[in-house]
Amino acid sequence: MKLKVFYDRENREKTVELGNNATIKDLLKKMGINPVTVIVSKNDDVILEDQKLKDKDDIKIISVISGG
Amino acid sequence: MNCCSNKPVIGLIAGEKLCKAHFIEYFESKVFKTIRQFDLIGKEEHLGVALSGGKDSLTLLHLLSKLSKQNPKIKLTAIAINEGIHGYRDKTLAAAEKFCKKNSVPLHIYSYEEEFGMPLDNMLKALDVKPCTICGIFRRYLLNKKSRELGFTKLATGHNLDDEAQSIVMNEFKNNVQASARLGPKAGINSNKKFVQRIKPLYLCTEKEVTVYAFVNGLLDNFNECPNVAKSYRAQVRDMLNNFENENPGTKYAIINSFLQILPDLKKRFKGEQADYCKSCGEPAAKDKCNACIFAERLEKAKLRAV
Ligand code: SF4
Ligand SMILES: [Zn+2]
Ligand SMILES: [Zn+2]
Repeated sequence: MKLKVFYDRENREKTVELGNNATIKDLLKKMGINPVTVIVSKNDDVILEDQKLKDKDDIKIISVISGG
Repeated sequence: MNCCSNKPVIGLIAGEKLCKAHFIEYFESKVFKTIRQFDLIGKEEHLGVALSGGKDSLTLLHLLSKLSKQNPKIKLTAIAINEGIHGYRDKTLAAAEKFCKKNSVPLHIYSYEEEFGMPLDNMLKALDVKPCTICGIFRRYLLNKKSRELGFTKLATGHNLDDEAQSIVMNEFKNNVQASARLGPKAGINSNKKFVQRIKPLYLCTEKEVTVYAFVNGLLDNFNECPNVAKSYRAQVRDMLNNFENENPGTKYAIINSFLQILPDLKKRFKGEQADYCKSCGEPAAKDKCNACIFAERLEKAKLRAV
């Protein structure tokens, strides 16, 4: 499946290709993001790393680190 | 293990998964328990809340507003520092102003430009110093001085568990035990009458927990990062700790819990420090002159050289 993912820290949308049944954890791994440093929202709900993804899910990756 | 049949929004280190409603309950009771356990807030206070406009300080003010509504003897006033960091602080301060207006909390903003003659951006051009060193010295100086002038009984800051774990490890790596003695949920130097006690109600909340809480309460603004943070020692320690936490969940809690066990001894050992006052400005100082005055003089000299 192909997903459009917005990562706030980089302020851009990326297209990521993943196998069927992929989870948030797989997505973060593919993008090289440490799960400790982000929360993930799907259609404006916060979701956990073990959640499975579907085509066309609206995914936002939100950085938890303080800005300084 | 799920708290109930509702969709979870967070997984805790202990393995429990909480839904939105149960997480809010968990988070708020953790903060209020921290306040009681460490005796952070008395029956009658005029609390200053240090507001940066980021998620931590907005979450803090949101929670303290709740507390203040239940206890009319707890008065709140927000205080913010505008360091003068182009493209960063202007945005977070706008969020701070909006929040205070909406919640009818008075807000006082002080800037480096007005108080020290130039914004941080220009200071960094004039002097060859690490941005966060000078920025932190001036910020702590202003926060303390203005808090005292505004009559705050205490100053609450949005420091969370991650911030504190980073500070502990940074001090350890730099062999700065004395600086660690000033940490803790009730921070600062008690021996100095001009010092306003700082408190950290989010002390036991991880950065992730604060972010989820801010998210579900609509307190999260667009991501915003100080352009100087990437160069900082803190960012290096933060990234290292987060990588370690990912491999070994619970590490950051362990740092805090072991620190809390030795903190009373540290406080005892450095009890008399910074009991003095700066000869030029009268603010608390360890030596004849406070760090803020030392840097202000260096800036003055650099300015003279430039003309
Ligand atoms: S990251 Fe450093 S320079 Fe930026 S606001 Fe924080 S202390 Fe100041
Ligand atoms: Zn629940
Ligand atoms: Zn001074």
